[in-house]
Amino acid sequence: MSDHDDKKDKETQIRPYTMNFGPQHPAAHGVLRLVLELDGEIVERADPHIGLLHRGTEKLIEYKTYMQALPYFDRLDYVCPMNQEHAFALATEKLLDIQIPERAQYIRVLFCELGRVLNHILNITTFALDVGAITPALWGFEEREKGMEFYERVCGARLHANYFRTGGVSKDLPDGLIEDMMAWTESFPDTLNDLDNLLTNNRIFKQRTVDIGVATKEEALDWGFTGPMLRGSGVAWDLRKSQPYEVYDKMEFDVPVGKTGDCYARYLVRMEEMRQSLKIMQQCLRDIPDGEIAVDDHKITPPARGEMKRSMEAMIHHFKLFTEGYHVPAGEIYATVEAPKGEFGVYLIADGTNRPSRCRIRAPGFYHLQALDFMSKGHMIADTVSIIGSMDVVFGEIDR
Amino acid sequence: MKQFLQSLLLIEICKGMWLTLKYMFVKPRVTINYPHEKGPLSPRFRGEHVLRRYPNGEERCIACKLCEAVCPAQAIVIEAEPREDGSRRTTRYDIDMTKCIYCGLCEEACPVDAIVEGPNFEFATETRDELFYDKERLLANGDRWEAQIARNLETEAKYK
Repeated sequence: MSDHDDKKDKETQIRPYTMNFGPQHPAAHGVLRLVLELDGEIVERADPHIGLLHRGTEKLIEYKTYMQALPYFDRLDYVCPMNQEHAFALATEKLLDIQIPERAQYIRVLFCELGRVLNHILNITTFALDVGAITPALWGFEEREKGMEFYERVCGARLHANYFRTGGVSKDLPDGLIEDMMAWTESFPDTLNDLDNLLTNNRIFKQRTVDIGVATKEEALDWGFTGPMLRGSGVAWDLRKSQPYEVYDKMEFDVPVGKTGDCYARYLVRMEEMRQSLKIMQQCLRDIPDGEIAVDDHKITPPARGEMKRSMEAMIHHFKLFTEGYHVPAGEIYATVEAPKGEFGVYLIADGTNRPSRCRIRAPGFYHLQALDFMSKGHMIADTVSIIGSMDVVFGEIDR
Repeated sequence: MKQFLQSLLLIEICKGMWLTLKYMFVKPRVTINYPHEKGPLSPRFRGEHVLRRYPNGEERCIACKLCEAVCPAQAIVIEAEPREDGSRRTTRYDIDMTKCIYCGLCEEACPVDAIVEGPNFEFATETRDELFYDKERLLANGDRWEAQIARNLETEAKYK
């Protein structure tokens, strides 16, 4: 063999190049550290390293009363906090075997859908930002700001709401909020149409998303996908339809389903979901009944303030509730909600005391992130960015 | 044919460009010039804590320690003993603002409306130590924000 051939042989045997992606990379959506094995610019293996935002929420909750545990759910997926609280509230309500008043159910559905819209605005616009479109982020965030103002008006915080309590919600809707929200649900589709105009047919956006990160129906089911990720792959599965909680069975809405299972299909599903959510919000705002916003059992919900100052019994309930909390009968329960990212579940083991014995949280993003390896295999590094963007990962819930 | 023309003439790109150009002229300004202008805050806003007084200057807190008990982050520490005149008051009321998660449970628990999360959100400091609030600091906050807090509590009274 000549010297020349020998050299050529060596050159063809390159070891895969290993590269760190994140955790400080802005396209990593938080604190994702991705170890990429590359052949040139082609991704051979993507290995997500998680845990950089781990706060031990599940263990922490074992040392909190049920009332104290609730604010920690806001901090899981901080993009749509109320949907998380909802799962925990449903779990405790099922164990306590109570039915919350209808007005509270409508308020919950209303704010869950607002949360879904806010989550999808954030996801779509930052996804567009990742693939190179800056304008949608600027326009989308203006609308998102308006939505967060509704959050703030109803509970006093823009993100960490602590609003859905066991037995109802903490405060009634303030005057004028229903009208303002109705006006917003009517004006927001204009912005949605503008985003649609900018992105849906745009050739650059399509080149970056169509046929990128395909998950077939079988793969999506095998890897435990839920939410828009599963629907993008063509499976019509929505917990709001299949096992309606609160007043979803009274709502009229469609479940959009994608065909191709690529990043573009997931984008389209999310766009349509926002329109459907607005439809649900309008129905809630129109049909919301008057009445109580929490169950009338002061062993679970605090008595009204005026009553607490006048009546000795209410005062005792107030003190008992805020020191000891409420006792939940022993049992196990798994409660789920259709969070914007997928099936968010809380598995609760109660031992009859005022604290959960175990609280396991099922975060949809965790299951989606596992699929990153097979979805990005064979694509370029830049495509990994669009896949992460279309997965809608938030590390608060993945690392818990 | 239609698709070919659409892609050749860059129809969707031109449409997008036209839309952004329109926004430049038609859309009113949406940003605000913070800190000179500020966005609206609802009366329910949960910001920096204050300890309030009665109109006659007597502090409201009676050291029932409900807020200390309910605080999920265990950010509040209270010590109490009877004063010379026999009334029960705190000798120490500390809030570690770096621990606080601003859930608003202390405010809900307080039977005398003494601890309230006020409308102030601009209390960033340069050192960590400045965020360990003591009773003096909280009462001073209360005096500073009393007018607005009293107004907020009044509007909110019907929802509580």
